[in-house]
Amino acid sequence: MMALDLSQNKHADVSYDEKDRLFEEVKSDERWHHVLYGCYECGICVASCPSARFYDFSPRVIAQAVAREDTDLIYTLMSDSIWDCSQCFSCDRCPRQNSPGQIITIMREVAVKNGLATAKKALEGYGRIIYKIMLTGTQVSPDMLQPDAFPDWGTHVYEIAENLDDWRKALPPETLHTTETSWVIDDKTIIELYLIWHMTGVMDLIAGVDEGLYDIIVDVMEERLEEAGYDDVTFD
Amino acid sequence: MSFSDIPILKAEDRKFTADPTNAPKDDLREELFQLEKEGELEVIRVPENHMELKTKYGRIKKIPVEKTWHHKSCGQCGHIPGYSASIFWLNRQFGLDYHDPTDQTSCTAWNYYASATSNPEAQAAVAIRNFAAAHEVGYFPLIHCGTSFGHYKEVRHALVHQPELRRKVKKIMEKLGKKLVVPEEIVHYSEWVLAMKDRIAERQVVDMSMITATVHPACHYHKLIEEDAIYDSEIYGAQRTAIITGTLQKLGINVGDYSTWYDCCGFGFRHILVSRDFSRSFSVQRKIEVMKEEVNPDITVTHDTGCVTTLDQSQFAGKAHDKKVGLPVMSDSQIAALAMGAHPYKVLQLHWHNTDNKPFLQKLGFDTDKLWAEFQAEIKEIKDGKKQYMSWADADR
Repeated sequence: MMALDLSQNKHADVSYDEKDRLFEEVKSDERWHHVLYGCYECGICVASCPSARFYDFSPRVIAQAVAREDTDLIYTLMSDSIWDCSQCFSCDRCPRQNSPGQIITIMREVAVKNGLATAKKALEGYGRIIYKIMLTGTQVSPDMLQPDAFPDWGTHVYEIAENLDDWRKALPPETLHTTETSWVIDDKTIIELYLIWHMTGVMDLIAGVDEGLYDIIVDVMEERLEEAGYDDVTFD
Repeated sequence: MSFSDIPILKAEDRKFTADPTNAPKDDLREELFQLEKEGELEVIRVPENHMELKTKYGRIKKIPVEKTWHHKSCGQCGHIPGYSASIFWLNRQFGLDYHDPTDQTSCTAWNYYASATSNPEAQAAVAIRNFAAAHEVGYFPLIHCGTSFGHYKEVRHALVHQPELRRKVKKIMEKLGKKLVVPEEIVHYSEWVLAMKDRIAERQVVDMSMITATVHPACHYHKLIEEDAIYDSEIYGAQRTAIITGTLQKLGINVGDYSTWYDCCGFGFRHILVSRDFSRSFSVQRKIEVMKEEVNPDITVTHDTGCVTTLDQSQFAGKAHDKKVGLPVMSDSQIAALAMGAHPYKVLQLHWHNTDNKPFLQKLGFDTDKLWAEFQAEIKEIKDGKKQYMSWADADR
């Protein structure tokens, strides 16, 4: 296991002002005042944290760094540790009512929104998932169960992939006879989902982390929106 | 005053009784109805035909029996579809009015927790769009996925407490031609199963008294907005959620306890997709092996998409490392359906699961070869073009 380098010089190439700007963005989130109240250093969060058992990761370090407003360390954590979190929120049992998991959610959003190189790296290989959820409305689909994608799940995945079409037809709920989406989804529903991504700035987020993926999504979406009669999808 | 005057409370005298008037958290529903009075939003009422369960601090939670709009799970429907099929099968067995919508998207929270490529406005808008779709057809949302359930509770909490978020989501809904509607209760399907446990037990045809199970409660069920999870003073002394355990015990199953019950399954959201070494290690070493060593159960039962997937699929690689694996994993809906006589392959669709579940079925007295042959006969009819799909009637034949 690689030890986590928490030294102040780790990201000396990034100016203090830039690190401070990012931390200010974290603090300006509406959720901020409900996720951090201080830290007893009791370690309950670490004891209940699954990621702490297998990575050099500590929700207590996160809580303490943000409580101390240690801007250099926060930048280091935002560049490394936050992507190890399991987002299970076991750390919510904190006796001070902190939520290190929620602090990390906010830090991740800021890292993605600002296109941090480490966020891009953390999301490598994740593009097809984003593509799937944004364009079909279901995150995973039956046809994702391919042996090359899940070699560690064993021969059972071969069997599913081989029989996929027939096994899907042998599902009694009528909405589940699909392979490219988890269930049948109305065109109108997908269009509404596209509009939500546009109106909430999620498309801009994607452009920041994966320009190629952004272009593909826009191409597909624009065509479908045009077909549905939406010429202009610019919103306030 | 001497030491002898100080009353000593013995452990067995310490009975926890939840008192809603002293709850450390406010009742969100009161704030919700107040916002409705002020014209800020509309509350979707729980249908008249409902049952009542108690939450962590003793408050009553209404659980709709029917008129339910099934908010399906992408992971369940996509990779373990017998999970969802069993929920629908139970509804059909009781002749209940339910709706399986096509005007539904995933909650998109799996992606949100994995990649952060979204934001609170988008997440809330996706939730409210789905709630509005349910309300428009006159049904009440019943959430299949544990993460969707936890996430939607967080969304509801944020909408109540953040006027600016409410304003933004309302505006988005207006553009979509929809209203800002929020359910009175956010209800998970396993709460419905628990509420229905007496009726399920009345129709039980498979004796399960020889079975020992372990239970894994999903993190996003009882750790997010924890005051809204179901607790029962008769189960674990109300010191942990009664969900799943209450259902299994009613079916005569012996539920064994194990020391890492609070641990997550290892799903990790992004990890299960792109860093599965973590998921496999955690799932096998902190959950499956501990269950095997401390209880040696016939099965482990859980109530969430990610938990069934991770606990089940991770065991294959564990075999290569001589880990103590080989524990079948199912949902409470599948166990309830099995107890009522559902077909293990046509309804529970156990062939989509990874870990060998035949020893479990055989212990219950099922002839697994015969049952698999029955399923294969359905597949043959589909292949031969004699039928396009297997119907509900075929599943019960």
